[in-house]
Amino acid sequence: MQTIKNNTTEQQTEKEWNTDFEVRSLDTICMNESHQQHPWWYNFKYLAVGILFGIVFVKAEIISWFRIQEMFRLQSFHMYGVIGTAVIIGIISVWLIKRFKVKTIHGEEIEFHPKKFNKGQIYGGLLFGLGWAITGACPGPLFAQVGTGVFVVIVVILSAIAGTWTYGYFRDKLPH
Amino acid sequence: MLELLKHPWPWYVAGAIIGMIVPALLLLGNKHFGISSSFRHICAACFPANISFFKYDWKKEAWNLFFVGGILIGAFIAAQFLADPSPVVVNPKLATELAGYGISDNSHLLPKEIFSFESLFTLRGFIMLVGGGFLVGFGTRYAGGCTSGHAIMGLSNLQWPSLVATIMFMIGGLLMANFILPFILRL
Repeated sequence: MQTIKNNTTEQQTEKEWNTDFEVRSLDTICMNESHQQHPWWYNFKYLAVGILFGIVFVKAEIISWFRIQEMFRLQSFHMYGVIGTAVIIGIISVWLIKRFKVKTIHGEEIEFHPKKFNKGQIYGGLLFGLGWAITGACPGPLFAQVGTGVFVVIVVILSAIAGTWTYGYFRDKLPH
Repeated sequence: MLELLKHPWPWYVAGAIIGMIVPALLLLGNKHFGISSSFRHICAACFPANISFFKYDWKKEAWNLFFVGGILIGAFIAAQFLADPSPVVVNPKLATELAGYGISDNSHLLPKEIFSFESLFTLRGFIMLVGGGFLVGFGTRYAGGCTSGHAIMGLSNLQWPSLVATIMFMIGGLLMANFILPFILRL
């Protein structure tokens, strides 16, 4: 580290950061694939998409604890319909983007990275499933629930952040 | 029109819009749909504690925090201006079962008997809110994604590890809802 400090070239200063997000293949979700630099307020694009998503979450009752209980008790088709439709539209869109090499609105090539299998998807997936059925919410709906005014869910979010932190702390000791 | 928007939206409308978020984020700036990473970015921003997993330039991922901020605002808009005053329709079987645990308030999307500050200070409420939240945060990061990152984005890109994760989410949920949660709800 000491030797790098004097060198100001971009590549080497980056070494101080964990820019590959630790074994990137383990965790390819929700990373920034873009190599472009934009002013911070460009991020309002994503705020706008989030707003639409939040409205759908509430109006389609996806954030309802009751809907999730029905889903896991096989008492309602609703959530299966929502996720199934979303996946079908997603598959078609990704296929079209790849097929026609569609670029972003800033002219950048859209990148996809394969996900590698590791045991985390089994153990972590199971643990998340257990939690999902208790809280009736995956991470997105947690934020939406707070938005609807159920402020006790802030505690759930803080606990989820603590859970993520705990995972980070014990990561090296967990089977992957 | 506004009346129509106020009724609960059918699954195919919601599913189609959520599906369109996948290409929208890709086209707007090469971003891959996912939400649980926001917890990681918050850890990296607030409590990195010299843990290598949290030592990265989280500001580069700030878009994700704007995205979840948008979800919160959107939910606020829907609850304030598009609210449906009628109670949530609950499958009669589920309603009967829940009534047995003293949960009968279906006037909101979340039952008050669990999701309130009074409940937080009971054993049942504490286990559900704090324990459930912990499992969501720990499990999603261990799995490398949640419903959006694996079940929707991962499957859209035909990634089989995401299918494995999605199947495990469902197994975990089925086990909890049918075999474990009844004991917790009885507390």
